[in-house]
Amino acid sequence: MSNRMMSSKITKTIIGVIFGMTIAAGVMAAGNQRHAKDMDWSFEGVFGQYDRAALQRGLKVYQDVCASCHSLKYIAFRNLVDIGFSADEALAIAANYQVTDGPDQFGDMFIRDGRLSDYFPLPFANEKAARFANNGALPPDLSLLAKARANGADYIYSVLTGYEDPPADWDPNSLMSYNPYFSGGAIAMMAPLFDGFVDYADGTEASVEQMAADVTTFLYWAAEPKLEARHKMGFKVLGFMLVLTIVLYFANRKTWTEVNKK
Amino acid sequence: MATDSKDSSTGNGIKRRDFIYVASAGLGIIATGSAVWPLIDQMNPSADVLAMSITDVDLSSIAVGQSITVVWQSKPVFIRHRTPEEIAEARAVPLEDLPDPQTDEDRVQRAEWLIMVGICTHLGCVPLGEQGLYGGWFCPCHGSHYDTSGRIRQGPAPDNLVIPNYEFLDDNHIRIG
Amino acid sequence: MSTDTYNPKGKFFRWMDDRLPIIRLMHGTFVSYPTPKNLNYWWNFGSLAGIVLMIMMITGIVLAMHYNSSADAAFDSVEHIMRDVNYGWLIRYVHANGGSMFFIAVYIHMFRGLYYGSYKAPREMLWILGVVIFLLMMMTAFMGYVLPWGQMSFWGATVITNLFSAIPLVGDAIVSWLWGGFAVSDPTLNRFYSLHYLLPFVIIGVVILHIWALHIQGSNNPLGIDVKGPQDQVNFHPYYIMKDSFGLAAFIFVFAVFVFYFPNMLGHPDNYIPANPLVTPEHIVPEWYFLPFYAILRAITFDIGIPGTDIVLLDAKLLGVIAMFASILVLFALPWLDSSPVRSARFRPIYKWAFWIFFLDCIMLGYVGSQKPEGIMPILGLVGTVYYLAHFLILLPWLSRFEKPLPLPESISNPVIKATGEVGHEQ
Repeated sequence: MSNRMMSSKITKTIIGVIFGMTIAAGVMAAGNQRHAKDMDWSFEGVFGQYDRAALQRGLKVYQDVCASCHSLKYIAFRNLVDIGFSADEALAIAANYQVTDGPDQFGDMFIRDGRLSDYFPLPFANEKAARFANNGALPPDLSLLAKARANGADYIYSVLTGYEDPPADWDPNSLMSYNPYFSGGAIAMMAPLFDGFVDYADGTEASVEQMAADVTTFLYWAAEPKLEARHKMGFKVLGFMLVLTIVLYFANRKTWTEVNKK
Repeated sequence: MATDSKDSSTGNGIKRRDFIYVASAGLGIIATGSAVWPLIDQMNPSADVLAMSITDVDLSSIAVGQSITVVWQSKPVFIRHRTPEEIAEARAVPLEDLPDPQTDEDRVQRAEWLIMVGICTHLGCVPLGEQGLYGGWFCPCHGSHYDTSGRIRQGPAPDNLVIPNYEFLDDNHIRIG
Repeated sequence: MSTDTYNPKGKFFRWMDDRLPIIRLMHGTFVSYPTPKNLNYWWNFGSLAGIVLMIMMITGIVLAMHYNSSADAAFDSVEHIMRDVNYGWLIRYVHANGGSMFFIAVYIHMFRGLYYGSYKAPREMLWILGVVIFLLMMMTAFMGYVLPWGQMSFWGATVITNLFSAIPLVGDAIVSWLWGGFAVSDPTLNRFYSLHYLLPFVIIGVVILHIWALHIQGSNNPLGIDVKGPQDQVNFHPYYIMKDSFGLAAFIFVFAVFVFYFPNMLGHPDNYIPANPLVTPEHIVPEWYFLPFYAILRAITFDIGIPGTDIVLLDAKLLGVIAMFASILVLFALPWLDSSPVRSARFRPIYKWAFWIFFLDCIMLGYVGSQKPEGIMPILGLVGTVYYLAHFLILLPWLSRFEKPLPLPESISNPVIKATGEVGHEQ
């Protein structure tokens, strides 16, 4: 009937318009910042899981490169068991760190080796100290960075590998570095990665791209440590709900047969 | 209007209909049941709480005859540097006098150090030290008396004070947990 | 209207029925409630909204067991839920995405009511109670979004509470009363938490009134004509219990796709940055379900004064606030603005187009609300706002007088018997 066709035509037009607007929104989001490089990550997709070897290499990059300025305050050494270390290995990593504890029975704070329940120590005592040591810039905590930026993984990788020669109008006295993937293009962090900077335990060649990809994987895990559990459970839930929906579809149809016959 | 399923169905129809309804109800119950478990399990201790299981204590400043209380897993732990008299008294008690028979040797790693969870095994109050009829601990809530080995001697508490897992790191340091 | 067919069997049920006939009430509501037999799937979204409300309350109560509403600890406590609490990540993602699902269900429910004229006599009270629920939902959602105490939480709270500063004379006093301080801060967070916990229970109360009002007059239907007799109806159980169950399963499937595979898609990355009162994010946007109203708020950028003088009667800020509140409050007057005796848009050839244009207008306003107010956006926002209000205040009263409706079918059961046209396929 014409009524029905007209509704479906209207519906299609509407869907088209909404779709067009969504695409337009995506294009316009770019602004003064270059679009992040579109990378393939092991943790993307319905079955996406973290690459354990990349996570452990990424931890090494964090420890050797990032940790001098950036905190990772929501990650405890016990969490390292999730990235493939045994409890003893995680404890050994923790024991390399000195942690302030206390007060003891004399009321004094004291230093001891890190334990599994400790969190990664902060590089600076507070925000003011961090700014003082970094020309006024505050190195952000990295434990949620991958979720606190749009396209977090691609973004982190792009910034780490995206340092370029500055454009002609760049102030030569600027303390900032030029990075077109960073909002505004001027970033207080100097290019942190150089080929061969890190000695990987598994013998992987430490190219800038390799290190950037590894630390990106590590930081994505730090921001979303339950991703693997989520993906696994999601697959089961969706499969189950699909079956339940189909069964209920037939049950509903069955219930209504006689009403519809009349 | 409304249809009465019993009247209008015939042989095969009943089976197929029943199957689809039983399947719906069964799957629905499974779905609801699975959704409830996370809501219950969230009240169990969280991962960070479970990880806080270790307390280190420096014993060097505790003189003979002194006690300290430290916190381990949010609970008080009594650490008592026992006098020789207390040790002798604890070891002289015949086992048949004890409601919860246990030798003093089984309750300590080193005789002078008595380390136990300071929670009355009756209903969870914290007993007072160097009080009660047996020179040990006395729980003011319901009148349980513990001896110098922390064993229940009199009152409503059923068990001796609990000994936590601990190890001597060296002569002056222990790690509880 | 309601046919009470409950017949208690057994001693206990008879004893109970004489003292507290709650089973009779439930029976009348969910079993023997006579429902038009031609309801289509758009009618599923009322019960869906009710179920999402239950999911939100259960997950919310659970989250409250771990959440800490102090400004120093709120953000950390949310991360604690995400990382350490057993299934905390699941429960929080269900709650965070559940807000969006709730609004999806309610918006579809409302647009269904608009299309099929469900707000018209004798269902005006039903509609008005629905608008009250919508208002309460908006308040609850807004305060809930503040609780994680991220950058969007903080600045969203700042911007929205500042709306009240537009009120002449007492505006600033009201704002500092809302804040409990000189800015959005610890006291603000605490009171928002308290109210965020309270309001859902108020919503439940109004939902009960909403269902009560529904059961007085019975459901509207896609034909918009009155039920002529029992041949037009079926019992709620098993027919609509089954249909709603099927719809619920399909809805949960979609819900689960978001929770498990796109848990942060409907949120904003800036809310994973702890609130910082010294730095405003580059681009503040509310949650998607507020975007059309946000666009209306920003639409008016000029003052209204006496021409030829410098006297400003209404400044742009106040006008924006008035327009935004008007866009919601006009819904209360809708049953009287549209006085056409025909309910369903199926038999109103012009209103049908007006409905879809209005729908597109809302989508466009939503898009404008998501964009920076630059270029063509302010103009689109103004046009959209004017059209939104004109739809209710001019178009609908005009249509009620001049539109010539199509002939109405004889009854619900009649077209079903023909069963070859569109009506038969609806079910």
